[in-house]
Amino acid sequence: MKKTGAQILCESLVKEGVDVMFGFPGGAVLPLYDTLPQYPQLRHILVRHEQGAAHAADGYARATGKAGVCLATSGPGATNLVTGIANACLDSSPVVAITGQVARPFIGKDAFQEIDITGITLPITKHNYLVLHAKDLAEVIKEAFYIAQTGRPGPVLIDIPRDVFQEEAEFDYPDKVNLPGYKPRMFGHPSQIKRAAEVINNAEQPIIIAGRGVIISGAFNELKDLAEKAQIPVVTTLLGIGCFPETHVLSFGWLGMHGMAYANHAVHHSDVIVAIGMRFDDRATGVVSHFAPNARVVHIDIDPAEIGKNVQVDVPIVGDVKNILEVLNQQIVPREHVDWFNQVDKWREEHPALSIRDSDSLLPQYVVRQIYEVTKGDAIVVTGVGQNQMWSAQFYFYDKPNSLISSGGLGTMGFELPAAMGAKVGKPEEAVWCIAGDGGFQMTIQELATVVQENIAVKIAILNNGFLGMVRQWQQLFYGRRYVHTPLSGPDFVKIAEAYGVTAVRVSDKKLVTSTIEKAMDHNGPFLIDFVVEPEENVFPIVPPGAALVEALEMPIPEKVTRSSK
Amino acid sequence: MSDNKHTLVAIVEDKPGVLNRVSSLLRRRSFNIDSIAVGHTDQAHQSRMTIVVQGDDAKVEQARKQLDKIIEVVRIVDITSTPSVSRELALVKVKASASTRSEIIQIVDIFRANIVDVSSDSVIVEVTGDEEKIDSLLELLRGFGIREIAKTGRIALTRGGVGPLQTEEKETKVLKQPPKVQPPEADALPDW
Repeated sequence: MKKTGAQILCESLVKEGVDVMFGFPGGAVLPLYDTLPQYPQLRHILVRHEQGAAHAADGYARATGKAGVCLATSGPGATNLVTGIANACLDSSPVVAITGQVARPFIGKDAFQEIDITGITLPITKHNYLVLHAKDLAEVIKEAFYIAQTGRPGPVLIDIPRDVFQEEAEFDYPDKVNLPGYKPRMFGHPSQIKRAAEVINNAEQPIIIAGRGVIISGAFNELKDLAEKAQIPVVTTLLGIGCFPETHVLSFGWLGMHGMAYANHAVHHSDVIVAIGMRFDDRATGVVSHFAPNARVVHIDIDPAEIGKNVQVDVPIVGDVKNILEVLNQQIVPREHVDWFNQVDKWREEHPALSIRDSDSLLPQYVVRQIYEVTKGDAIVVTGVGQNQMWSAQFYFYDKPNSLISSGGLGTMGFELPAAMGAKVGKPEEAVWCIAGDGGFQMTIQELATVVQENIAVKIAILNNGFLGMVRQWQQLFYGRRYVHTPLSGPDFVKIAEAYGVTAVRVSDKKLVTSTIEKAMDHNGPFLIDFVVEPEENVFPIVPPGAALVEALEMPIPEKVTRSSK
Repeated sequence: MSDNKHTLVAIVEDKPGVLNRVSSLLRRRSFNIDSIAVGHTDQAHQSRMTIVVQGDDAKVEQARKQLDKIIEVVRIVDITSTPSVSRELALVKVKASASTRSEIIQIVDIFRANIVDVSSDSVIVEVTGDEEKIDSLLELLRGFGIREIAKTGRIALTRGGVGPLQTEEKETKVLKQPPKVQPPEADALPDW
């Protein structure tokens, strides 16, 4: 039976197991929206800005491991998705973005709301399509979901002209894809794995650096087996947080610019690095020429292009982390590295990163720690970007697999609320905490309306310091304390939230933190807490730009400026 | 051939926008492209790209791996260190009066190039060869006054029976090895 392009799209989404999409209608996608009521199994969540749709799809994808779907019209609708697509691309998140396009006869004519979105998103998608015939739709959608979710995941965009939604074609959903140029390697080369095992077995001061690849691959147990069998300390990357229980005796936090000093020391002094599902990002390595000078590097990643891109690798293994570790673990000889472990442990004692200094005023670190205490770590934390992100990563202990969702590669302020929304929709049974800064939160604050309309019960904690805090911190440390355009006269977040229909409370007294977080947890529905925190609190440690990992600044600089003086 | 120039050969799916994907990737990751040449192959739906990029081995290997991630790139190899034949073609319009024409023809003959168009005040020279040969000819023709030049990029095939990019059906079709015929040109030194 013939179906319209719009019906073919919906049928295909159903076949792919899509149950929700985040979107915003417009002229070019009207035929699609007109068709949606025929498919009640496809829940559509109306966002208030397309950027929110892309981030929500991303948050959904990261929480569930399934592709997140977002939908926008042509022109401005499509360009508004761009930040969210780029964000998903940098963090390898499977997002399928569907955009409307002007009708075929108008393409290339600068028609109303026409934009070359496949051209624009070329560098920020894993792949993209402009579909010119309804008969091609089913195949394209099959390919798009396959590409987005396999290998190193990433966003795929499908651009569909308005008249293709209306064109009729036979619907026949293909059961497999034909992509001669796309064959992700799933299993590591046996001889490389053997070499890696030899290197690891002979290591005296080994360290594991585990990244988001472990989470994507679901290799939580395999990683734990490797670490325990060979007694190797584990540090993670920022996005790798949640791939290894942080309260485990072998866990030494995460490395990088704001990573724990002992993690950075351990990496710097190691003789073998086992890098698993991570890509040696500059924020993780510090200045590369001084990165782990004595270490031989075993690099396990599914993306061959990541091998040797930033750091020279001695033993590369390309393939799926879980499959590789399964084989590798069998060849690992159980042993103990007592001296090395004690040394790393000593660094942990000498550089205590995670204690919160005594203060009568409300410290942001304290807020994060209390969220951990109240939730007992049984929650998904979604952060913004900047100080709130670093404190969330530092002062909450992530024992639960995949419990932190954060914008790492692109560092997108405004990610927090829509991504939390997506995560909560994907995992309704989980508590989802959105930890935001007062700057970033205002970038996508409009999604409070979505949260209310769809009753998405996210709990929002704003660490409100009246500054664009991370930039202010850099100005303080590296730009002679000249606070150029970083003080914010924020709105009254409680009033704003209430205006949107979200229950909200302001907390500036340390003593009320725990009880308010408990209240938020007990509340049935979304809840916002505006934590008015110490304005000039800094994130420590910090590895200054251009420095090696072990050159982190650790001492807080306790010079106080009151709120009124700015 | 300068040693930091690498020749990458890619078999790509013949779909709209593939050249754009390839060139856009090289640009945004700041690899230096010398030339890209694209043409159809004997296989339907497949094109062959010859890409000349500059950089040390590690940089070019990174470029190759990034290009390999493009979904439509079926295979891509660096044939720089594989024995191969590479050619460019140039069309050169040279100023030529009655007095200089014969001298130009002589030079053209030495280079085994052709005159493909003659008018009262100019000739068009067609020359094929590697870059060195074409550059030397251009150097000589410059004295007469070059009006216009059109050049293709480099195209290349590896020498010998089975190339790294040969398509699957090599076993099915070729029943017995055809006798190796060395074109006389191949022995000539220099290569042209």
